Amino acid sequence: MSETFASLSLVPKTDSKQSAKDFKSDQEVRWCPGCGDYAILAAMQSFMPELGVKKENIVFVSGIGCSSRFPYYMNTYGMHSIHGRAPAIATGLSVSRPDLSVWVVTGDGDALSIGGNHLIHALRRNVNLKILLFNNRIYGLTKGQYSPTSEIGKITKSTPMGSIDYPFNPLSVALGAEATFVARSIDSDRQHLQSVLRAAAAHEGTALIEIYQNCNIFNDGAWDPLKDSERKDDVTIRLEHGEKIIFGANSDRCVVRDDNGTLRVASVADVAADSIVIHDAHAADPAFAFSLSRLSHPETLQDTPIGVFRDVHRPSYDRLVREQLDQAKAKSGPGNLGALLKGKDTWDVS
Amino acid sequence: MAKDVVELDQVSIRFAGDSGDGMQLTGDQFTSTTAAFGNDLTTLPDFPAEIRAPAGTLPGVSAFQLHFGDHDIMTPGDYAHVLVAMNPAALKANLKELRPGGDLIVNTDEFGDRALTKVGYETNPLDDGSLDGYNVHPIALTSMTVAALSEFQVTKKEAERSKNMFALGMLLWLFTRPVEPTIEFLEAKFGNKPDILAANKAALQAGWSFGETTESFSNQFVVKPATMPPGTYRNISGNLALSYGLIAASVQSELPIFLGSYPITPASDILHELSKHKSFGVHTFQAEDEIAGIGAALGASYAGFIGITTTSGPGVALKSETIGLAVALELPLIIVDVQRGGPSTGLPTKTEQADLLQAMFGRNGEAPVPIVAPQSPADCFDAAIEAVRIATTYRTPVFLLSDGYLANGSEPWLVPDVDSLPDLHVKFADSTNHTMPDGTEVFWPFKRDPETLARPWAVPGVEGLEHRIGGIEKADGSGNISYDPANHDFMTRIRQAKIDGIAKTIAPLEVDDPSGKAKVLVIGWGSTYGPVESACRRLRLEGLDVAHAHLRHLNPFPANTGDVLKAYDKVIIPEMNLGQLSLLLRAKYLVDAIGYNQVRGLPFKTQELMDAIKDVISNV
Repeated sequence: MSETFASLSLVPKTDSKQSAKDFKSDQEVRWCPGCGDYAILAAMQSFMPELGVKKENIVFVSGIGCSSRFPYYMNTYGMHSIHGRAPAIATGLSVSRPDLSVWVVTGDGDALSIGGNHLIHALRRNVNLKILLFNNRIYGLTKGQYSPTSEIGKITKSTPMGSIDYPFNPLSVALGAEATFVARSIDSDRQHLQSVLRAAAAHEGTALIEIYQNCNIFNDGAWDPLKDSERKDDVTIRLEHGEKIIFGANSDRCVVRDDNGTLRVASVADVAADSIVIHDAHAADPAFAFSLSRLSHPETLQDTPIGVFRDVHRPSYDRLVREQLDQAKAKSGPGNLGALLKGKDTWDVS
Repeated sequence: MAKDVVELDQVSIRFAGDSGDGMQLTGDQFTSTTAAFGNDLTTLPDFPAEIRAPAGTLPGVSAFQLHFGDHDIMTPGDYAHVLVAMNPAALKANLKELRPGGDLIVNTDEFGDRALTKVGYETNPLDDGSLDGYNVHPIALTSMTVAALSEFQVTKKEAERSKNMFALGMLLWLFTRPVEPTIEFLEAKFGNKPDILAANKAALQAGWSFGETTESFSNQFVVKPATMPPGTYRNISGNLALSYGLIAASVQSELPIFLGSYPITPASDILHELSKHKSFGVHTFQAEDEIAGIGAALGASYAGFIGITTTSGPGVALKSETIGLAVALELPLIIVDVQRGGPSTGLPTKTEQADLLQAMFGRNGEAPVPIVAPQSPADCFDAAIEAVRIATTYRTPVFLLSDGYLANGSEPWLVPDVDSLPDLHVKFADSTNHTMPDGTEVFWPFKRDPETLARPWAVPGVEGLEHRIGGIEKADGSGNISYDPANHDFMTRIRQAKIDGIAKTIAPLEVDDPSGKAKVLVIGWGSTYGPVESACRRLRLEGLDVAHAHLRHLNPFPANTGDVLKAYDKVIIPEMNLGQLSLLLRAKYLVDAIGYNQVRGLPFKTQELMDAIKDVISNV
C-alpha cells in the first residue's frame, strides 16, 4: 500500500486494482532482441501496482540513449528529453508538482558523462526523484564506444588500442555527492530489483539505483560473473540492513573492518564472529557505504555488493521549497499584485 | 544668503567615482528624489564588471548618469551638464562625457601626486589649465566630510565613506531638491546602526549647507515638473519591471511561475527579485548551470507552470539544445535574454543588441522561436506579459530580448491598474480529443487547434490523457515516434506556420511620421527606441521630415512590416550590433536598408543618430 511509501505521501492513491498490463503502453518495444532492458521494463511494469497511486500521477523522464527509450513503453506520463538533462528537467517537474511520482531513467553515458553535473546536483539537493541508472559499460545507441564506466584497456570502436580512461564507480560518485539513497541491482534478478525499487519508492528524496544491465550487442557478458549460476554466489555480496555481511556459496566469506576503518573481505574461518560487519544502511556517515562501494574488483567483479548501500533521512528539496512558500504566504498573505506594482515610492500626477 | 535661482528645461548629471565610493547609490537617491519631484527622467548606470577593482584606477571607475527635465526625456543625455568626479581616475575616465563649458565638481582631496600618477596624469589637471574649457568647482569633499563628522562616534574611514552623502547633499541643494527622501532612505537602511545613520545624515546636511554658503556656486537651478498623463507613478528599472511583468502574467493566468536560472550579469537581478515573491507562489531555482536552469523551467512548464529562465548571451548559447527541445515538445517557456556585449564573455556590464540572430537561429534544425523586445525600462513590464501570452497561447518557447541598458536604466512608470491587464487564462486538456476508426476515444497530444495550430497542453495528473512526448520527430496527431519523410516535412512546416500565425494577433507596425512627407524611415528595435525617437524629434524641430517605426515583435514581424518598408525611399536601421535586424529585413523584404551600427557598450547618442539620419536624408 502506498502508505508505506514516504516519497509518495502527496500523490493521489488509486481505488482501482492495477496490474502490470495497465502500465504497458501501446508502443512496440524497439530494443535489440536479448537486451537487458526488457527485463528491467517487465520488472518495473509489474512493480508499479505496488505503489498504489493513480497512474496518471506517475511520470517517467529520460535523457538520450538506449535506456532512455523507456518512457515510451510505460503507460504513464513520460518525456524523452535530451542527452544528460533528465535530472534537471525532472527537478522542475518534481518541485512544482508534489502530487507526482517522478522517475528518471538514464544510462552510464547519459548520467555520468554528459549529464554528470545534473546527477550530482540532484543527489546533493535530494530532489524527490527515483533515478534508475542502467549501467552496461558501453555506448550502445551510438554503436559501441567506451563509456565512463568502461574498464581500463577495453577495446572499443573509439579505443582500438584499449581504453586509457580511468572509469567512474557510479555509487562512489553518488555517495561523494551527498546522496541519501544509493542501491545496486541486476537486470536479470527481478525479485532483487523489485526489492530495491520498493525501498527506493519509500525513500523521501533522491534515490539512485544502479542497475547492471547487459548490452548483448556491444558489450555482451559484462556482468556475467554476477549472473552465472556456478559463480554468482561467490562473487556477489547481498546486502541486508541489520544483517551480518556474510556471502559465498558456502557462506564462508564475510566483510570485516580494518584497523584504519576501511572494509575488506575475509574468510569467516579467519575472523572472530563479532568482528563481522553488520550492514547499516542508515549509518549517518557515508564513509561506511563508500567503503562498501569500493569492495568490488572493477574488472573481475569479485566481491560486488548489491542491495541498498545507503538509506538515510534528509528532508527532500521539494519539501523545503514548499515550506518556504507556505511560510512566505503565512507571513504576508497571498500576493497582492496592485500593492506590489505600486510599491512604496510613488507620486501622483493630476 | 539666498542665491539666484535659474530655470532650466533639462539637465544631465553624471556622478563618477571609485567602485567603492557609492556612486550608484548616490545616483539612485538623486533619481528617486527627482522622480518624486515630478520630472521625467532616464538613467544610465555605467559600471565595470569587477566588484572592487584597485582603488583609484581607471578600471575601477563607476559612473551614473541621470537626465531629467520638464518634458518627455528619452535618453540619458549625450553629454552631461554636470560631472561630479570623486578622484583623478573618475575625472580622466569621464571628462569626455561632460559637455564643453559644463560644470565640473572635483574632490580636490583625492588629487595628490600618487593618485594623479596612478592614472597617468603628469601634471595636476586642476592647475595645468587643461580644464579651462569647463566651469570647475574644486571642493575638498573628503576633508569637509570628515570635519563635519568629528563629533560623531565613527572612525575616520567611516567618516570618509560618507563623502558621497556630502556630494549628494550639495547636488540636491544645487538643483533645489529636498533632502527628506534621502533621510528616510538612510533611516530605513541604517536603522540598526545609529552611529552610521547619524554620520550619513550629518554628511548629507553638511553638503546641502555647504552649497548654500560657498562662493563656488553662484546660483541654484530649478527644473520644473514635466507634464505627464495623470495617475500614480514610480521610478522603475528594466529588470524590476520585467520581474513584475512576469508576476502579473502569473496572476492574470492563475498559473504559478517557475524560474530556473543561473547567475549571470546583467540578468541576475531578475532572479533576486523573483526570489522575494514566494507569497505569489513564485518558485525560484538557482540551478547548477545554465542548462539545468532552463531544463528545470521546461520540466515545470510540462507540469503546468509558466516556466521561465533568465540569462544573457553566453547562457543562451548553453541553453540552445533545450530551447530546441521546447520547440519540439511544443511547451510554453520564457527565455529572458538580458543582452550584453559579446562574443564570449565580452562586456558583461555593457549593453549591446548582441543576440537577435542567436535568438532567431541559434538552434539545430528548423526551430522557429517568437521574439519580443521591450523598448524602454518600463516597457519591460508589458513586454513580459506579451511574451507569456504568446508562450501559453501557442505552446512555444518565446525569447524576451532585453539588454543591459534597459535592465539597469530607469524611468518613471505610470503604474497600471490591475483591472486593465489582459486576461491570460489558458485551458489545459481535460479529455480525449480523437476517435479512432474503431470508435475508441483517445488522447492525441499533437492534434492541433485549427485556429492557433497549438497542440493541447496536457499536464500530468489527468486520467486518460497519459502520453509520451520527446525530442524525436512525432507523427502528426498521435505524437508517436515517426521517421516518415513526408511526416517530418509536414511537421516542420506546421511548426513554422504556427509561429508565423502569431502575426495575426499582434498589432500592426505603427509609423510616427507627423508631416506625412518623410522619404526616410528610421526603423529600430528594442532599447534604441529612446535615442532614435529623440533624434527624430529634434530633426523635425530643425524642419526635416523623418519617419520612425520601432519593432517590438521580431519573430514574427507585424504583418504590415513589408508595406511600411516599401512606403519610404530610404530605410535606415540603427542597431547596437553590426546589422542583425538589417540582415533579417533585407532577407525577408528585399529592402536595401542602410545600417547605422555601433558596438561601444553604450546606448546611442542623439547627436550621432541625427547626423547619420541627416546624411541619409540629404542623399535622397
